[in-house]
Amino acid sequence: MPDFRVAVVGSGPAGLYAADELVRQQELDVEVDIFDRLPTPYGLVRYGVAPDHARIKTVVRSLRRILEHARVRYLGNVHLGSDIDRAFLEENYDATVYATGASRDRRLDVPGEDLRGVCSATQLVSWYSAHPDARGGFDPAAESVAVIGAGNVALDVARILVKTRDELARHTDMPSHVLDQLGASAVREVHVFCRRGPEHAKFTAKELRELGDLPAVDVVLDPAVLARADAAAADKQARANLAAFEDLAKRTRRADTRKIRFHFWSKPVGILGDGAVEALRVEHTAVDADGSLRGTGECATVAVQLVVRSVGYRSVPVPDLPFDDRQGTVPHDRGRIVDPAGAIVPRQYVAGWLKRGPSGVIGTNRIDSAETVRSLVEDLKTAAVARKGVAAETIDMLLAGRGVRPVHYDGWLRIDSDEIARGRRSSRERTKIPDWETLLQLGLAARSG
Amino acid sequence: MAYVITGSCIDVLDKSCMEACPVDCIYEGARKMYVHPDECIDCGACEPECPVEAIAYEDEVEPGQQQHVSDNGAFFSAVLSGRSEPLGMPGGARELGRVGADTTLVENACHA
Repeated sequence: MPDFRVAVVGSGPAGLYAADELVRQQELDVEVDIFDRLPTPYGLVRYGVAPDHARIKTVVRSLRRILEHARVRYLGNVHLGSDIDRAFLEENYDATVYATGASRDRRLDVPGEDLRGVCSATQLVSWYSAHPDARGGFDPAAESVAVIGAGNVALDVARILVKTRDELARHTDMPSHVLDQLGASAVREVHVFCRRGPEHAKFTAKELRELGDLPAVDVVLDPAVLARADAAAADKQARANLAAFEDLAKRTRRADTRKIRFHFWSKPVGILGDGAVEALRVEHTAVDADGSLRGTGECATVAVQLVVRSVGYRSVPVPDLPFDDRQGTVPHDRGRIVDPAGAIVPRQYVAGWLKRGPSGVIGTNRIDSAETVRSLVEDLKTAAVARKGVAAETIDMLLAGRGVRPVHYDGWLRIDSDEIARGRRSSRERTKIPDWETLLQLGLAARSG
Repeated sequence: MAYVITGSCIDVLDKSCMEACPVDCIYEGARKMYVHPDECIDCGACEPECPVEAIAYEDEVEPGQQQHVSDNGAFFSAVLSGRSEPLGMPGGARELGRVGADTTLVENACHA
């Protein structure tokens, strides 16, 4: 039995890096149980990183070493809130790190947002990433699409929507029903709307340049807007973006290509349609002397049949934990959860997007989780409370007693091999399994040997 | 393509980049840090961590620093002084530890 057993809730990068730090530190004897509500680990690496960004997804090769560590266990298919709760974790673990991410999208709060044909980037990304909870997809008859947002997720969505079935089939792990629907798409134009100028966009230059490399797609933006951009005030990232936009703007446009059109200084004020989306109405914007954004009163209407909002994520409150509804995060002090009165909640910690909000890239979580684990280890070293060090078998028994059937790491490996085999049948690296039933069938199959 | 650590890192060795790298592909030489071009996954976590803005994506490296694009790779493909073979694919900087040698380009660089 270890001296301490720590629970990590969430097996995305933040949770995995927390586990990694816990088993790497030399001061305490710790074992870690990583819970996830899905039977598949890796969180947004699997269900958020764009499916055509294969190089970034290879981060899994180093993340899997964390799951394979002798002092780490993966317990998938365990739902916080129904299968286990804070009381269970507090009773059986010396400490808990919550790293459940930010799965809810922010709304535009404009009239017409509930029309058919309006969806969040989260929904669309979940669907094309084969998340087992994803529903729907989109209407392939839509010829003109509005994507609202100035971050990389907006670019991901725009790019996936204009790629051909062949490009997607060769370079992604999308399941066939997703490929078929995207392949049947009538999309001609994707309009990307940004509230501010090109110098303020949160895109990365690398993703912008990627748009220029799409063979059958032209990018359109107003050179006058670029000329007005305040390059002097821009930081390094913004200067790189402006250079990338200038390069895109210089290219010759071809007839008969799909188009991605950037619209800057435009904020959505309404979505029009009778039952389903027919158009997006935007108001042009400008910055006041004090830096605040205001509408100019000048409006434009663009005919679209699909509106995808990509204006940020927020966390879902964790049952029984403090939550700052305005920030959409759990209040904390260097990773220690803090209650509304400002007191530290003993032995409860937070990491990743649930801690700092939806910002940064995968590696940002390594630094973030390291901070949380430093606090945790410091607390356990000095804690007056007796150490629990509950045995792994005891946890298994307690979970079984609650009727919970976790998918262990070997179960995930069966899912993983099956997906690789499915891919191989059509000369791909992987084809994802999109449904709970098959995932659980493989994940829970009796262990051989 | 990969991220590149340029000459501004020489004799700075702040190492914040190392802590941010999700795949542990930033290695420590004697005077400078190096990104392994085949282990880097292009995530960009290191870039904003650098206090001297030494890190850039391969095709954004400034003209005066172009020699460092191939030099990051040379750290792993060339035989460094005091060694009998190249580092190759070490598979993780934390495990490997400080290398304690540099490429010829960096060895011969003037002090910052």
